[in-house]
Amino acid sequence: MDTDFAKRRRRDLIVAFCLAAIAAVVPLFVKDVYVQNIMVLTLMYGALSQSWNILSGYCGQISLGHALYFGLGAYTTTILFTKFGVLPWFGMIGGGVISAVIAMALGYPCFRLRGHYFAIATIVIAEIALLLIQNWEWAGAALGITIPMSGDSWLKFQFARSKLPYFYFALGLVCVAWFVTWWLEDSKWGYWWRAVKDNPDAAESLGVVVFNSKMGAAAVSAFLTAIGGAFYAQFVSYIDPESVMGFQFSLLMALPAVLGGIGTLWGPMLGAVILIPLTELTRSFIGGSGRGVDLIVYGGLIIAISLARPQGLVSLFAPKRKEATR
Amino acid sequence: MTAETIIQSLASGLLMGLLYGLIAVGLALIFGLMDVVNFAHGEFLMIAMYATFFLFAFFAIDPLLAAPLVAAALFVFGALVYLLIVRFAVRAKANAGMVQIFSTFGLAIVMRGVAQFFFTPDYRSVTHSWLGGKTVSLGGIFLPQPQLIGAAVAMAAFGGLYFFINRTDFGRALEATREDAGAVALVGIDKNKVFALGWGLGAALVGLAGAIMSIFFYIYPDVGASFALIAYVTVALGGFGSVFGAFAGGIIVGLVEASTALMLPPSLKSVGIYAVYLLVVFVRPRGLFGSM
Repeated sequence: MDTDFAKRRRRDLIVAFCLAAIAAVVPLFVKDVYVQNIMVLTLMYGALSQSWNILSGYCGQISLGHALYFGLGAYTTTILFTKFGVLPWFGMIGGGVISAVIAMALGYPCFRLRGHYFAIATIVIAEIALLLIQNWEWAGAALGITIPMSGDSWLKFQFARSKLPYFYFALGLVCVAWFVTWWLEDSKWGYWWRAVKDNPDAAESLGVVVFNSKMGAAAVSAFLTAIGGAFYAQFVSYIDPESVMGFQFSLLMALPAVLGGIGTLWGPMLGAVILIPLTELTRSFIGGSGRGVDLIVYGGLIIAISLARPQGLVSLFAPKRKEATR
Repeated sequence: MTAETIIQSLASGLLMGLLYGLIAVGLALIFGLMDVVNFAHGEFLMIAMYATFFLFAFFAIDPLLAAPLVAAALFVFGALVYLLIVRFAVRAKANAGMVQIFSTFGLAIVMRGVAQFFFTPDYRSVTHSWLGGKTVSLGGIFLPQPQLIGAAVAMAAFGGLYFFINRTDFGRALEATREDAGAVALVGIDKNKVFALGWGLGAALVGLAGAIMSIFFYIYPDVGASFALIAYVTVALGGFGSVFGAFAGGIIVGLVEASTALMLPPSLKSVGIYAVYLLVVFVRPRGLFGSM
């Protein structure tokens, strides 16, 4: 017999499939490059936030240093391509694997920490990496690295004019991140993570290996984030330490999930769909003066949403509680 | 590297460390009181520096005289931030931790935007003041006067805070509220009033730090960001919930920063601070003096 939960999961899958199909045809009708650019960024932030959500939302380990994994992905693929001629497709996977390994190596000491001590540790680790790259001449130091363009090519995943390939890659990444989350949600990992989030001591006493489940969440989360970073490097074809590894970026990555609904399946994507176009539009329409009005609007929006909907915007869609059917 | 250079830089590290402690103590106070990390703390510092700058530019008030005025203004500002924003953030029934982080982070962005709007992104500085650029020579060691006074102010502020928390009625109410915010209502303490005053006090302390720092730092809308990170590390290093920890943490951070700068290129001086933080919490997950 189907439980409500199983029904909901099947419905989630169908809705996701329909949304992805609709999203896939949108750029065929919307040809404006500016709008397409915003769509790519929205999908990218959706994917990043979804990845962040696995570690911080489901498993409850608030990371404010995910820019580290994003930056690692961006730098690995860019360095491999510009210095060794390795195609970005391999660099992307390489960056993902390196990030996952580093996430576990860092998790080994860090997962002993709790609450703010953990969050601040993630910040300072990302910050150390940022400072090291800024001072590493071979890797471009503070100036960063430009990826040389040599005409449109799927092999090198670079396209001078068309945004479409980037759009479809970003859409694919979102779908993968969403599907991984969907799949893990109902796996034993998903249950462990929620138990660890709610009460690590109780979870441990019931046989959940808390440490391992945190490590698993960190690895998956870091891997997907790094793929996002590699994608971003290809998309803008220029990276510098501050823009891919800065502390602000860690917060921006978490923001869609927090405003959309932390630890929920749809929260990160919903947050991204609302937040990113708004950010980009305010930036280009009222930010041009350089006078900070866009920041005021953006910050005000963050305050308003987080105070008005602490459980996230996704709660607006929550079905009415059915008490009688239980 | 002579012994003199080492003593010289450790001495300036110590002075800077006391100032870091003064910046961080407001954060520690607020956290200890109600478990909230203020992500706009650096922006509090930023507006304090601007306030000092404008008092200097328009009324030719020296930063030293401006300091108490700026602290008073920040007190009001901090209390307002609590009453208008944080009060609602701590009430959140779900995800209280994230709501606190992101509502104060949103506030930080708004404050930066407002600063850019009214003051433009230009770098400003207090061009001449009583202490600016002057040094004191102590047995061959040169100490800049602004930092020296800053360190003295920091120590006085810590002394005052200690007296205040332990010897006054308000301080006792603060301690009681921090122990059990629910129970204090039974003895007639208005929790909201105590929290608002706590935020005011925390902001006033960082206001004091901002006024001193405007003597020897450039002032621009993003100036708070770099100091805020150091302040978080300082508080966590000392241990959340401990005001004394922030003081000790500040001194350690200042000394570590100065000694890192002796060994590594100056652009890497923060690496030492971060590494020491990690080292401390890996050994002692509660920070040096943390109670919880």
